[in-house]
Amino acid sequence: MHLFNQLKAAAVAASLVLSVALPAAHADEQYFPLQSYRVGPYAAGGTGFFGGFIDYLNLINTRDGGVNGVKLTWSEGETQYEVERGVEVYERLKNNPGVAAWNPLSVGIAYAMIDRITQDKVPLITINHGRTDSTDGRVFPYVFPLLLNPYSETSGIVNYIASKEGGLESLKGKKMVVLYHGSPYGKETIPIYELLAKKYGFELQQIEVPHPGNEQQAQWLTIRRAKPDYVVLRGWGVMNPVALKSAAKVGFPVDHIVGNVWSNSEEDAIPAGDAAKGYTAITTQASGAEYPVVKEIIKTLYDNGKGNLEDKNRIGSVYHNLGIVNGILNVEAIRIAQEKFGKRTLTGDEVRWGFEHLQLDPARVEALGAKGLFHSINVSWDNHEGNGYVTFQQWDGKKWNVVSDWIAPDWALLRPIIEKSAEAYAKEKGIKLRTSEDVVTATN
Amino acid sequence: MTVATFEASAPFHIPRWLAPFVVLSFAYIAVPFIGTNYLFEAILLPFLALSLAGVGLNILTGYAGQVSLGSAAFLAVGAFAAYNFNLRIEGLPLIGSIILSGFVAAAIGIVFGLPSLRLKGFYLAVSTLAAQFFVQWALTKFSWFSNDSASGVIDAPSLSIAGIAFNGAVGRYIFSLTIVSLLTFFAYRLVSSQTGRNFIAVRDNETAARIIGVPVLKTKLIAFAISSFIIGVAGVLWAFTYLRTVEPAGFNLDRSFQILFIIILGGLASIRGAFFGAALLVVSPLILSRLGSFLFGDLFNSGVLDMSQRIVLGALIILFLILEPDGLVSLWDRIRKRSVARLNKRKHVGRAAQPTQ
Amino acid sequence: MSGFDWQFFVEVLIGGLLSGVMYSLVAIGFVLIYKTSGVLNFAQGAMLLFAALTFVSLVERGVPFALALIITFAVMVVIGIAIERVVLRPLTNRSPMTLFMATLGLSYILEGAAQLIWGTQVHGLDLGIDDVPFEVGGVLISQFDLFAAAIAAALVLFLSVFFRYTRVGLAFRAVADDQFAALAVGLRLPRIWATVWAVAGLVALVAGLLWGARLGVQFSLSLVVLKALPVLVLGGFDSIPGAIVGGLLIGATEKLAEVYIGEYFGGGTESWFAYVVALAFLLIRPSGIFGQKLVERV
Repeated sequence: MHLFNQLKAAAVAASLVLSVALPAAHADEQYFPLQSYRVGPYAAGGTGFFGGFIDYLNLINTRDGGVNGVKLTWSEGETQYEVERGVEVYERLKNNPGVAAWNPLSVGIAYAMIDRITQDKVPLITINHGRTDSTDGRVFPYVFPLLLNPYSETSGIVNYIASKEGGLESLKGKKMVVLYHGSPYGKETIPIYELLAKKYGFELQQIEVPHPGNEQQAQWLTIRRAKPDYVVLRGWGVMNPVALKSAAKVGFPVDHIVGNVWSNSEEDAIPAGDAAKGYTAITTQASGAEYPVVKEIIKTLYDNGKGNLEDKNRIGSVYHNLGIVNGILNVEAIRIAQEKFGKRTLTGDEVRWGFEHLQLDPARVEALGAKGLFHSINVSWDNHEGNGYVTFQQWDGKKWNVVSDWIAPDWALLRPIIEKSAEAYAKEKGIKLRTSEDVVTATN
Repeated sequence: MTVATFEASAPFHIPRWLAPFVVLSFAYIAVPFIGTNYLFEAILLPFLALSLAGVGLNILTGYAGQVSLGSAAFLAVGAFAAYNFNLRIEGLPLIGSIILSGFVAAAIGIVFGLPSLRLKGFYLAVSTLAAQFFVQWALTKFSWFSNDSASGVIDAPSLSIAGIAFNGAVGRYIFSLTIVSLLTFFAYRLVSSQTGRNFIAVRDNETAARIIGVPVLKTKLIAFAISSFIIGVAGVLWAFTYLRTVEPAGFNLDRSFQILFIIILGGLASIRGAFFGAALLVVSPLILSRLGSFLFGDLFNSGVLDMSQRIVLGALIILFLILEPDGLVSLWDRIRKRSVARLNKRKHVGRAAQPTQ
Repeated sequence: MSGFDWQFFVEVLIGGLLSGVMYSLVAIGFVLIYKTSGVLNFAQGAMLLFAALTFVSLVERGVPFALALIITFAVMVVIGIAIERVVLRPLTNRSPMTLFMATLGLSYILEGAAQLIWGTQVHGLDLGIDDVPFEVGGVLISQFDLFAAAIAAALVLFLSVFFRYTRVGLAFRAVADDQFAALAVGLRLPRIWATVWAVAGLVALVAGLLWGARLGVQFSLSLVVLKALPVLVLGGFDSIPGAIVGGLLIGATEKLAEVYIGEYFGGGTESWFAYVVALAFLLIRPSGIFGQKLVERV
């Protein structure tokens, strides 16, 4: 028992020391608390995304000396993708001065934070994921599912398939199977696919794969029997490579499988080996290291041994580039808010204002060195997604290659459905809908 | 399961009610004043919910000897049931929803407890996984459970009882603390009642229990029902006072293992053990992660540190199982006995010290 | 339904049976350890991950296939022996539950160590077998699955020879039959345990490679244990034939159920269906198909 007591004493002593060792506040710093996950089942995605995000923040500091002189700082708390750890990190880091925004890249953690960040008035960025209805800024003032919410993704995928078939009219009589992960995430788009099937007259079958999805024989035999023209893969984690492998096993052509935004990374394709060659997936940000901003990250950081990724081969991978784009969006939101509130450390609510005016047209995107990396974004006080464009990439066995133009989802069609869902949430929680006046007056 | 110790009650001249009384007064009066937001949100609220779940599982596993790997399913049942009662029955007070959700969990507990009539040991343990996976599947499958929310998640309602709102961190803490205290008190009474003795008889030797007239089958089902009731209420606390927005995936197998860890590390067949175990499981990863980044933060990157923490946590669990077979409770009792003995010695020189275990 | 599609039925059935073989493969690792030391070794999944990750990382670093196989096997043997020394020996005579929890702790260590040493990247694993289906009378059969089944059969054959004709194997059976008697006649339990853990390491290696080739080598590999648990319940924790028959049964029924009756439940039933099958069966036979009848200790 001796050892245990000593350990305990040491631990207590250390935690006492730690509680005073927090970084001291400086003027003119903007702080990003990161609920990262570099260990556990989703570590591959976590290291890529947070690596890219940190690389971009680092680039802004090293190259520009911060945003208009305001240094960007960050610290990480490991979550292992677990919700309670995410909450713990939130509570631990939220009192550091100058918090700009939260970027968990985890649906579960994001959900658990919605109440908290709304109370604390700090933006929560759920790029490409999160609650669809948080697109509605009238109900969710502080939540931003930037670039692409699940509904837009659905519409984008259908539009892409239509473009391959020669227009939306040609979808009539076609047959599509959606293979989705057995979770709220997977089920979220069921009604939207049904809506689009009815609208465009294609036949639709949606098949569930139970979590984790390491066995899909039954589903793919059903698909084989149904003989669809396309299979949409709405997968997650290990489900994706297994789907591609099982498809090969039943002889379904891989170039007629279209992956969604969480089935679009190297990690999804590599394990499937040859079975993934020709697989196409949606993305909001192209992969590859040829974009000026990525090149600058390599030159400024990696060549000087300051890059965040351990494995340099992952520079320009899907998750790394998503992290970089996420960095661009966060930094630009701060820059836009600084125009209004002054070039100083902003409050979370001021940064929220910045996100609500985050409008980057293709020219601005090009000026940021991200032409071709992502298209544009157009966030407003009531549209927190910002109408992101999507593109499609095909896996050639080694890397992803863009195979389509930038495609616009049918936002107008989806908006009423999102509003209905958001209003139901507002009613359940007793939230008063915001109006455009609240956007200005809410800042203090 | 052959852990056969009764709660070792200390033969000292301290009244039995004193310790809980002191702890509770401290928890109610002092903690709300000295606690920071971090303490409530990140430590005490999960600690309370998990402790209660531990108390529930301990009744089933520690006292009645039926191993369950499906505790998280009952947490989920409790959380989703309370959400739906609260949402769908107009005018039902919050406390009513919570109690009803406990009964729903109990009913489902009885259903999944039926295999215990035939199965034992690991066969039973693995079969409780059916509950684990079935409940998660059903909650995801039928969106009615989450009020057809597109994202499949449920949100906690405003917590108020008799017009008093408990929505701040401290308020939720008091709310949670009260429910946990009441149910813990109930559990204490239960295990020293005839039913509790039946549990132990069934655990220690089923045949013998049958011979002395214990209704074995009924006793097992009662254990499942009560345990599930308590775990169900713990699930409500988890969802309503701690996370506030939960999805079914949050109640996964890892959570079940976590609760099992709580009672094994805390001490089987001990109500206090659940609290010790929960404290250890909530706090030790935090200490480890801070200690890691404090000591080695400059040497290694965060990825290496985080993976090392997982290794250290696993090693600590094993070390603990080896060194402290009866859980933290017995460690605590030893420390207490030793210090009381030392006190006694100093006060009454010549009086024999209490023998230690 | 007019004109039942028998061809399709056979296809689903064969696919299910072949998946079942994969479940059995994982289940056998459990059985070996449970039989000798009464431990439900939850770390089997982590061992599988560790083995596959070690192997694939070696191959990616240019180590020849056969050599990588040998090195990995050696590593797994060392790990097996270490587990016996450091974890199980100090826990002798503890309750099965404690041992089970210890293996959970062990899986944290192994998962952490695997990722610490080899990184968190996912890897593809190509065993050199084309996974193109071939057709027999209109029924598609996966080449890879057949290969996996053959490997599993070879492994089972090897194990039975090993346990029948070697000294350690005989000792193993003696221990499995009666620990105390085995001790009394002078068998050295620790050595047998160490051997069994090493053999379990071999099984983990084989299962890890086959599953790794199907899923890719990544963290989720450790989740395949969830597929093996109902097989164990059905077949009995202590029976290798049980693990095989149980695996086949579960594989076939869960696939047939998902395809033919799954739609009435809205699909996605495979996460729990196997458990329900196992449970239903157990209500009739409480210690599995081939499991030894539980002797109650009075």
